[in-house]
Amino acid sequence: MTAMVEAKGVHKLFGDLHVLKGVDLTVEQGEVCVVLGPSGSGKSTLIRCINELEQISAGRMFVDGELMGLKEVRGRLHRLSDKEIARQRSKVGMVFQRFNLFPHMTALENVMEAPRQVRRLDKAAAERIAREQLERVGLSDRADHYPSQLSGGQQQRVAIARALAMEPDLMLFDEPTSALDPELVGEVLAVMKSLAASGMTMIVVTHEVGFAREVADNVVFMDDGVIVEQGTPAQVIDAPREARTRDFFDKVL
Amino acid sequence: MPQPTPELIHARPVPRPSLWIWAGIVVVLVAMLVNGLLTNPNYHWDVVAEFLFDPRVVSALGWTLLLTVGAMLLGITLAITTAIMRMGTNPILRGVSWVYIWFFRGTPIYTQLVFWGLLPVLYPKLSLGIPFGPEWFVFDTQDVINAGVAAVLGLGLNEGAYLSEIVRSGLNSVDKGQWEASTALGMKRSTTLRRIVIPQAMRVIVPPTGNETISMLKTTSLVLAVPFTLELTFVTNAIGNRNFLPIPLLIVAAIYYLVITSILMVGQHFLEAYYGRGFDTEGTVRTKPVKGMSKRQRAILASGTVHPDPNAEVTP
Repeated sequence: MTAMVEAKGVHKLFGDLHVLKGVDLTVEQGEVCVVLGPSGSGKSTLIRCINELEQISAGRMFVDGELMGLKEVRGRLHRLSDKEIARQRSKVGMVFQRFNLFPHMTALENVMEAPRQVRRLDKAAAERIAREQLERVGLSDRADHYPSQLSGGQQQRVAIARALAMEPDLMLFDEPTSALDPELVGEVLAVMKSLAASGMTMIVVTHEVGFAREVADNVVFMDDGVIVEQGTPAQVIDAPREARTRDFFDKVL
Repeated sequence: MPQPTPELIHARPVPRPSLWIWAGIVVVLVAMLVNGLLTNPNYHWDVVAEFLFDPRVVSALGWTLLLTVGAMLLGITLAITTAIMRMGTNPILRGVSWVYIWFFRGTPIYTQLVFWGLLPVLYPKLSLGIPFGPEWFVFDTQDVINAGVAAVLGLGLNEGAYLSEIVRSGLNSVDKGQWEASTALGMKRSTTLRRIVIPQAMRVIVPPTGNETISMLKTTSLVLAVPFTLELTFVTNAIGNRNFLPIPLLIVAAIYYLVITSILMVGQHFLEAYYGRGFDTEGTVRTKPVKGMSKRQRAILASGTVHPDPNAEVTP
């Protein structure tokens, strides 16, 4: 079985700033991978490289066995066209720290938008999918609300439904609870847990160590653009081998 | 337990005698002005009344409105096209758009209008065909670009350059996260623009466009440079010169410009109320409904994804 995500020696430079310094990561199908680490360690950049929101500077990124953003023709690398990259992206769902819902559309319209515009479904089919996904995140009764009429937690759940409506093979979460008031974090984590239980492959960048301990199959600890340590939650969080990992968890726990 | 109502403060406001002094001064000045306007025979109010609904004047007003609408439609089309070109990924199109704005903003509109009028002299024949190759259709430039077309082209191309900057600042004002979200969903650039970015950019684009329309109404008087001689300023001037009574005819024209501008201002007020009110720069949710705004529009404004932009455009 091919791995869902395979990063091989991935580097990312923003000008002179070396953010990712050779990351190797494998995420198997159905696995929940939680990426922890201090701010500026490159964890957000890593997942943004997976769906080509950032172009990697060196190395290779494979999703479901497919090289992302590039193709090799007769030994030379060529960039993919916008259309081809859009196709690759449509199989990867992403949830952002700041939700980024479309403010001029209701919750239902937000979820219907990509099935309509990208998958080219007709209105009835898109609406059926959208209602299913809103049901899944427990927001059927908020379908006709605009984002501004929803709480942060509800907005983030709509954002999750919106990503799921594309029926992705992989879901990326970029600090999904960091912008939420503390009392709203639980409802979003609950949705993510049920999603993990349904067998979705997930990569989650977060500061929620409790979530990592409970849900993660694999915990990755990053610092300064490299993966310092990875393994089961028990290994990495409770019995870290590296000094940097130990330092971090001493501070956050 | 019910709270007892406290004794409310009913204090006298700070006296402001300057308010009354200024009111007095303004009343006297206005009275002098009105008296002067009505009693001074040189204004010839009877002539003003005579020509206000003269068929030539009314038809000239129609032409002025037609030029305004035509030029604004052409300008808006060009503005959206060039603004998108300038934000795009194609460096050639970015360059073309930059040069267009640079040239048409950088040269006087009067000069541009003279050139459009001279086009039939510069290029007597227009043809369709392969560059440097065979020609299939040949027109007399005079037939295709008559004075009216030249006037709309001249005004519209100039306006497009100004509006392009307004549209661009509107597109830029939409939060980057909106682009990222739609890109991550697999939407193409064009779809993202059409479905996500432009609807949100309208808040920033519409009010200054209303302002530009008011400005255009009066800029149409410059088309005598083409020369196009059917619009309001030219026609009233011509009548005034023939009667040796230029002043009452200037007043006729001014009255019409004021009336149309007032109507446009009312329209602009409602557009601004629709697109601009209830907007909060802090991005906090404001759910208080604003009269005259759709639910959809309120939702955009309350989201805080559209940032205010100081695009104080300079009118030509």
